[in-house]
Amino acid sequence: MMNPLKQLLATLASLRLTIFCLSAGMVLVFAGTIAQRTMDIYIVQTQYFQSWVVWWQSAPGSFRIPMFPGGHAIGAVLLTNLIAAFIVRFKWNLSKIGIHLTHLGLIIMLGGGLATDLFSVTSFMRLMEGETKNYSEDAKQMELAIIDPSDAEMDAVTTIPGSRLAKGGEITHPSLPFRLVVRGFYQNSELAMIGEGAPNAVPASNKGTGSRVSVAARPPATAVDQRDVMSAVLEVFPAKGGDSLGTWLVSDELAVAQEVPFEGKTWTFQLRARRHYKPYSLTLEDFSHTVYPGSQIPKDFSSHVTLDDPTIGDRRPVRIYMNHPLRHQGDTYYQSSFMQQGNGTILQVVRNPSYAAPYVACVVVTVGMIWQFMFHLVRFIARRSAQLAKS
Amino acid sequence: MKRLIPYLVLIMALAVIGKALRPPKAGDFDLSSFNRLPVLEGGRVKPLDTVARTSLLIIRGKQQVWIPEENPPPPSGIAKVLDVFGFKMPSGRMVTADRWLADVLFKPEAADTYPVFAVTNPELLGMLGWPQADKRYCTYNELRPHLAKIEEERQLTNEVDSKERTAFQSAIVNLFNSLILYQQLKNSVHEEGTADFGKEIHEYAQIVAAAAAAKQPGATPLPNDQMNRLKTIVARYERQAGFARLSMAVPPAGSKIDDWATTGSALMRVPGPEAITASLDAYADLGDAFRAGDAAKFLKVSREYAGWVAVEHPEWNVRTGFEMRFNQMQPFYVGMELYIGAFLLAIGSWLFLPKELRRAAFMVLVIAFAVHTFGLISRMWLQGRPPVTNLYSSAILVGWGAVFIAMFLEWFFRYGVALATAGLVGFVTLIIAHHLGTSGDTMEMMQAVLDHNIWLATHVVVITLGYSAMFLAGVLAVAYVILGLFTRMLTKEVAKILTGMVYGVVCFGTLFSFVGTVLGGIWGDQSWGRFWGWDPKENGALLIVIWCAIILHARWGGFIRQRGLMAMAIFGNAITAFSWFGVNMLGVGLHSYGFMEKAFPWLIGFVISQVVLILLAQIPLEKWRSFAKA
Repeated sequence: MMNPLKQLLATLASLRLTIFCLSAGMVLVFAGTIAQRTMDIYIVQTQYFQSWVVWWQSAPGSFRIPMFPGGHAIGAVLLTNLIAAFIVRFKWNLSKIGIHLTHLGLIIMLGGGLATDLFSVTSFMRLMEGETKNYSEDAKQMELAIIDPSDAEMDAVTTIPGSRLAKGGEITHPSLPFRLVVRGFYQNSELAMIGEGAPNAVPASNKGTGSRVSVAARPPATAVDQRDVMSAVLEVFPAKGGDSLGTWLVSDELAVAQEVPFEGKTWTFQLRARRHYKPYSLTLEDFSHTVYPGSQIPKDFSSHVTLDDPTIGDRRPVRIYMNHPLRHQGDTYYQSSFMQQGNGTILQVVRNPSYAAPYVACVVVTVGMIWQFMFHLVRFIARRSAQLAKS
Repeated sequence: MKRLIPYLVLIMALAVIGKALRPPKAGDFDLSSFNRLPVLEGGRVKPLDTVARTSLLIIRGKQQVWIPEENPPPPSGIAKVLDVFGFKMPSGRMVTADRWLADVLFKPEAADTYPVFAVTNPELLGMLGWPQADKRYCTYNELRPHLAKIEEERQLTNEVDSKERTAFQSAIVNLFNSLILYQQLKNSVHEEGTADFGKEIHEYAQIVAAAAAAKQPGATPLPNDQMNRLKTIVARYERQAGFARLSMAVPPAGSKIDDWATTGSALMRVPGPEAITASLDAYADLGDAFRAGDAAKFLKVSREYAGWVAVEHPEWNVRTGFEMRFNQMQPFYVGMELYIGAFLLAIGSWLFLPKELRRAAFMVLVIAFAVHTFGLISRMWLQGRPPVTNLYSSAILVGWGAVFIAMFLEWFFRYGVALATAGLVGFVTLIIAHHLGTSGDTMEMMQAVLDHNIWLATHVVVITLGYSAMFLAGVLAVAYVILGLFTRMLTKEVAKILTGMVYGVVCFGTLFSFVGTVLGGIWGDQSWGRFWGWDPKENGALLIVIWCAIILHARWGGFIRQRGLMAMAIFGNAITAFSWFGVNMLGVGLHSYGFMEKAFPWLIGFVISQVVLILLAQIPLEKWRSFAKA
């Protein structure tokens, strides 16, 4: 009678499970590649690869049917399979050492990949020439910034995550003398001026820009190069109780902050990309963009910035360009894009605590594979040469 | 006698190379010096020979122009005999690319009568009001009345995403681009319609000098007619500077590549007699000689100017001269011929004279591989880059890698199977390269993100060699199925050896695909901030790695044996083809620099053929000729 634990371990370590997972992985990767023809890569990533289940849905909001295990599910089973196989089959043997190294490296790689999915944050820093910033803006997440500008020296900013607005209901915060009630929330929306063209349009709110603008819900953006325009309609009440001060529209599309006068102060509301503040700042001194002579083929994009970090007393000029990112305090800055007029840059900022995992994993797997391959190749050549010499 | 066969074959193979080395026959004009003259186009200094070939390739799809006879004479001789049997001998003449370019540059009215614009789309033919034909090349003169309409249709396609275009819209875009290219070439030496360029530039220099003198205090101002003349000329140079395709004005010795200029901008850059450099005078004189039909003067001027370039810019001169010779030799075409020869000889060795023909085949293969390697290294030297910079060069390296591994296998297993496979793979990959190379200059400059030699040299090369291994394993597996099903040659011994080969090559493929993919991940992490982004090309590479892992684990687990391994290796062909081309056809992602539409049916056809082969491999063994009981 086999120990049931051992039996379970043997099942988990089986080659059949490996092949099953790898095959499922292939199908998933293939489907996730073809899907990119119509869907934005970010959506494909979240639906196919960074998910437990791939769902099929006829229309947004309708019922959904599980179609296939997602990337996380397949990865988790494969990782379990790998670890179990490692425990069951590990033998200290010169001809097997390459195989062990390869699989150990794969364990690190899969684990690191999972950690990256869970913990890495991508944001962008947009800088005009001469501009200095100490924050980057999140690529996807939004926040409602409520600013009390009454102090001449410093703004008091209270931020409410976009995901909190999405939940709706009433929002209160000790730093705010009023409470907010979400009257409308739009993950993706379109704003239109109310005018002669649309006489029947309803104003989004009764105060601020929203009184001249209508808002309509849009299905979530899926196409490449499109993003959601988040909007919300908020009704403001005094925290102590009392009548409504009115409703305001806040939207990603409104460049102007909405002003809310209350008790002699003018508060501003702005729905904006979530900001990640840094203990240091970057100043864009110059952005250069060159093409090959006599052609339109881009040759180089470079951002010449000054990094100023008072926390460690570091101030120096840095050139950020293709394949040469700036790494500082756990953040990595990449040359991503530039402003249309060519006088500003867009840097992609990645904070990935497990960024070293793939590097370590690669070295381990590569060494393992080369060892294994060379071991057999040398043995083969020796044997075959002897055979050929005989005949 | 039999022993002489390999040597006879060797002499024939060398003759093929000798034929390629021979300089091309000169027509009424000797263009040998003209062809090597350096110009700047697309960010690269290249000989006019390359400009001629790539431009004609873009416009016409071929490197020559066929000009059919207007009124063919009645057939005579053999043609007469063939005519009786219904074969029509085409009557006309072939114009080479260099001669075509000389006409375009110096005698555009003649070039306008060459049928070079390929118009095949039925709807487009309908729009032009021409009867539908299978394949039609038309002249610029024939298109001239329709230019406005073509431009209008081109404007309409702007609103359509390039992926969504109909066949007609693509045809319009292609024709429009060809027309623009053609007109830009015509205006490269001087604006079309300039009466006497040589005289005009000297007149221009004089007026500029006079204008400068007139500005001195006390001098009489420039007469009005001179002023107007100057204005006319400058306006002409401004237009030409903006429209010319080629930068033909070679800067003085020691200049940077940015100092190359179109003739118009060179004339405006330093107004006055100094503006007239050797380049301007040379091209003006060349034009005069060419139009006058003075072949001797044309040769003399082109030689003198080429000599001047050689003294002023020895570095560019060596490269353009070599590139011209490289173009004329067409090493990859020679390689193609030799590879197919090696393939046929290897096949022949199974039917008769096994020992001699196998030796001959191996020799031809080695020569073909040497020519292939020469071409590969020449391109690397000319570009100053690692071997793979675009899809075209990837095809060349895929073939090279596969032939290299196959030669290694043949060395250890002298059965001719790896030899035949090598010949076939070399031939087919070079054909693929040939078809990928029709979109213009195959040594074009690279996008900023790709412009990084370390990663090009490692990630791209390793990945491409991974493709080589996958295709080689796949074709060896196909050989197993074909030989086993239809011949008696797949003995137990051969089957075992083939299995060992396929397994070994798949291991090699796994190693290279994995390492290449990982290097790509590191590159991605360096340039875009993520190790892995599920981009189509990355996914394609991952599919190969996973498939290799499945094959190897299935074999270790004993789930597959010989036939299973073969079937899986054949499917590896389909996956590798998808990774190589399919993801480019999706037209999305960071890697889709080499987009191509026309190849899609070919890819589908290839995948279907591989599936058919896999199904054939499932036929019960007793039905296989090799395994049937006699």
